[in-house]
Amino acid sequence: MNRRNFVKALTLSASIAAIGLPAGAHAADTIKVGILHSLSGTMAISETALKNVALMTIEEINAKGGVMGKKLEPVVVDPASNWPLFAEKARQLVAQDKVAAVFGCWTSVSRKSVNPVFKELNGLLFYPVQYEGEELEKNVFYTGAAPNQQAIPAVEYLMSAEGGGAKRFVLLGTDYVYPRTTNKILRAFLKSKGVADADIMEDYTPFGHADYQTIIANIKKFAAAGKKTAVISTINGDSNVPFYKELGNAGLKATDVPVVAFSVGEEELRGVDTKPLVGHLAAWNYFMSLKNPENAAFVKKYRDWAKKNGVPNVDTVVTNDPMEATYVGIYMWKQAVEKAKSTDTDKVIAALGGQTFKAPSGFTLTMDKTNHHLHKPVYIGEVRADGQFDVVWKTKEPIRAQPWSPFIPGNEGKQGI
Amino acid sequence: MHAMMFFKRMLGAALLLLLAAAPARAALDPAALAGLAGDFQSRMDAIEALGVAGGDDARRVLDALEAGHLGVIGERAVIVDGDRVRDAASGAVLELAAGDVEAITMNNRVRRTLAGARAALALTAPDRAERLAAAITLGDSPNASLLPVFERALASETDEEIRGILLRAAARVNLASADAQIRLRAVQALGESSDPAVRALLEGLLEKRDGNWVEPQSEVRAAADMAIHAIDRRIAVAEGVGTVFSGLSLGSILLLAALGLAITYGVMGVINMAHGELLMVGAYATFLVQGLFRSHLPAYLDWYVAAAIPVAFLSAALVGVAMERLVLRHLYGRPLESLLATWGLSLVLIQAARVIFGPQNLELANPSWMSGGAELAAGVVLPYNRIVIIGFAVFVLVLIWLLMQRTRLGMFVRAVTQNRPMAGCVGVPTARVDTLAFAIGSGVAGLGGLALSQIANVGPAMGTGYIVDAFMVVVLGGVGQLAGAVWAALGLGIFSKFLEGWAGAVIAKILVLVFIIVFIQKRPQGIFALKGRFADS
Repeated sequence: MNRRNFVKALTLSASIAAIGLPAGAHAADTIKVGILHSLSGTMAISETALKNVALMTIEEINAKGGVMGKKLEPVVVDPASNWPLFAEKARQLVAQDKVAAVFGCWTSVSRKSVNPVFKELNGLLFYPVQYEGEELEKNVFYTGAAPNQQAIPAVEYLMSAEGGGAKRFVLLGTDYVYPRTTNKILRAFLKSKGVADADIMEDYTPFGHADYQTIIANIKKFAAAGKKTAVISTINGDSNVPFYKELGNAGLKATDVPVVAFSVGEEELRGVDTKPLVGHLAAWNYFMSLKNPENAAFVKKYRDWAKKNGVPNVDTVVTNDPMEATYVGIYMWKQAVEKAKSTDTDKVIAALGGQTFKAPSGFTLTMDKTNHHLHKPVYIGEVRADGQFDVVWKTKEPIRAQPWSPFIPGNEGKQGI
Repeated sequence: MHAMMFFKRMLGAALLLLLAAAPARAALDPAALAGLAGDFQSRMDAIEALGVAGGDDARRVLDALEAGHLGVIGERAVIVDGDRVRDAASGAVLELAAGDVEAITMNNRVRRTLAGARAALALTAPDRAERLAAAITLGDSPNASLLPVFERALASETDEEIRGILLRAAARVNLASADAQIRLRAVQALGESSDPAVRALLEGLLEKRDGNWVEPQSEVRAAADMAIHAIDRRIAVAEGVGTVFSGLSLGSILLLAALGLAITYGVMGVINMAHGELLMVGAYATFLVQGLFRSHLPAYLDWYVAAAIPVAFLSAALVGVAMERLVLRHLYGRPLESLLATWGLSLVLIQAARVIFGPQNLELANPSWMSGGAELAAGVVLPYNRIVIIGFAVFVLVLIWLLMQRTRLGMFVRAVTQNRPMAGCVGVPTARVDTLAFAIGSGVAGLGGLALSQIANVGPAMGTGYIVDAFMVVVLGGVGQLAGAVWAALGLGIFSKFLEGWAGAVIAKILVLVFIIVFIQKRPQGIFALKGRFADS
């Protein structure tokens, strides 16, 4: 009895204390931030590095005095490539740990599953990966690319003389919302450029698919019809390793049928022998091989951090586009909190629009005032024998995101929140 | 379009060089190399110019470019040769650090130009393999300016295979000839091809444009029609073989994943949910062997897979013995409890792998002799790693069959399976036989993991993806039967590959599951059933 009364009293006083204090001040000298990335399962290949770079950035900010004089305290959870678990973990981070912001998610299906949680609890999510667009949440900031900042320029490049003048396209993806929506946009875009339906082949595989024999045989058959063919891959996660292995073994060379991938970067190619893949392409807003002082510092910082923290296979660690987007996202949030002088979600959202940051991509990136997306430069790179990319095409300026693709009917007048 | 034009011009120039049989010449003019430092267009022009210049020096520079050793320092083109830096034009060693060299990058257009230039130069090389590769490269995209190159090469070429490729490449160009006789001969020559691209080309002749046939001569059209039929037959055969092969390959993987389970579940009646994790143990053992070879025997790295065979078997067998001794032994005859207990064990093993090796997938490189593939016909390639795995599956199968049918232990296992109390009565140590049989089943799963590591991803949770497939194979084949598992694995493999070609990977997976549900409804005992007095026990 006594003990129960004591617990009751404690809860009561705690809740009174919580009511009495302003929001966000419950942990007096630290600000908690959540990191929501799969550290196991099919997406761990891509997302583990994002957790690492987030921790590195937080350490760096803390070493420079934190945010508004307070140290950041990362709360890392593992949603294990399990989409409903993402929502549970997000709820735990926002409701229980009371984090000021969450940096996380890779696949669109995981983002779709956490969106209602952030909306309901008025949390703040920074999403660092290129995606299909077609959404604009007040509580989400998108630091990756929208389709017009990655997919569309990549296809335009493939169709240009410089990119090989492709006339026939294979749209190949993992079976979920991002590849399906992106391919819907690309199909509409290709049609607007006069590509017939017969010249487009669309195919999907389940998550974690490992047997690409049939699909690669089909691609070869499709490419033999006499027109220059290119493959646009939205395969996500560790399926990319067997896909590229099979591609190399089947002798499908980039000079015959180039494959441009939207979810394959330096990190995904670490597990692959890239010599047979030389010349295949990826479109991103950042490559590790970019030469500028910000990037050199960024790469060095990450290497040092990985060495210090015993990241497995530390000799071969790489940086990639979503890592850069995570880094930029955390700094933009820090700047916005300092501008708003509060970690209150609504105040930070208001302060985020118009923030700028000199990013490792070599440009000063701006957070758009209305649409929660970054203005980003676009790079197209070709795989080198060492698993890095040579930039073969780039935009002169960062371009503004169009989260609502103009190639999908009914999207007119939907830009901005 | 531009690419094609430069390609043609460059090859025309290369041809002039070949006809003139350029004499040995002095070092290259550095100015000719300056363009390599510019943009992609000027790089292509420079490669073209090198093709015109020809000779050993030009070839040396082009080879360095292909290998990625060509770079620039300032305006000067250099070749990185190990730690030394050589001047690209003269070949002289320069006092420069290799780290300062900025490598010359290519895009696919430049790469194509380079491949064409090198192939045209290599068509008269003394080495047969080099000529063959050059002929294949040029034969893929022949054009009119290449025709004299082909004819010249044909005049001196004696190898039948290379001649065939060159003849068909020349025929493709001759399809556009003004002379109907030449076109007819070209169409007839192309009938020997099995390349779908050639088929598309011939089909173009049979089209009507503005009411007129693209090919005016009816005789040529008839020949083209015949040629298309011949090519179609060859393509159909090659594709059929390709599909059956990929089915066999999938079947061999399913078999390797399921064979261990066929012993532990099929023969011993233990529902082992941790079977997938035994695959994972085998794959991780392979990874460790690869690591040992990398650090201690780098010269023999290509053979780490062979060395990993006993290691994978033994490590998985040891884990199996530990599982049997510590947990399963106490649960024989209680299938539900053993199901739960082994599922728990699988979680423990996954987490253990995560803690020890980290959650990320491991990188396992295919040895060089398992990379690449044998080309059966245009478009149908049989990858070596899959061929090796089919062979490996046969090897494991024969091993298990010999063990079960030809050894005393095998006889004991069969005896215990059929009638445990009676076997015990006549002096078979049933408890030890159980342990050994479980160890063998686990070891075979380890070998399956070794095979999987060569084509699929290796990570802590890799086993969960195969456990369902493995049970599918064993149940479909008939519990208690190794032969059933073989037929079920091959049947499922080929069946899903034909479905996949027809309906796509996602639908195929669903259809296979539906098929198995229906099949088990109709025939619960599987393809093969135990017959005789003990069938029900």
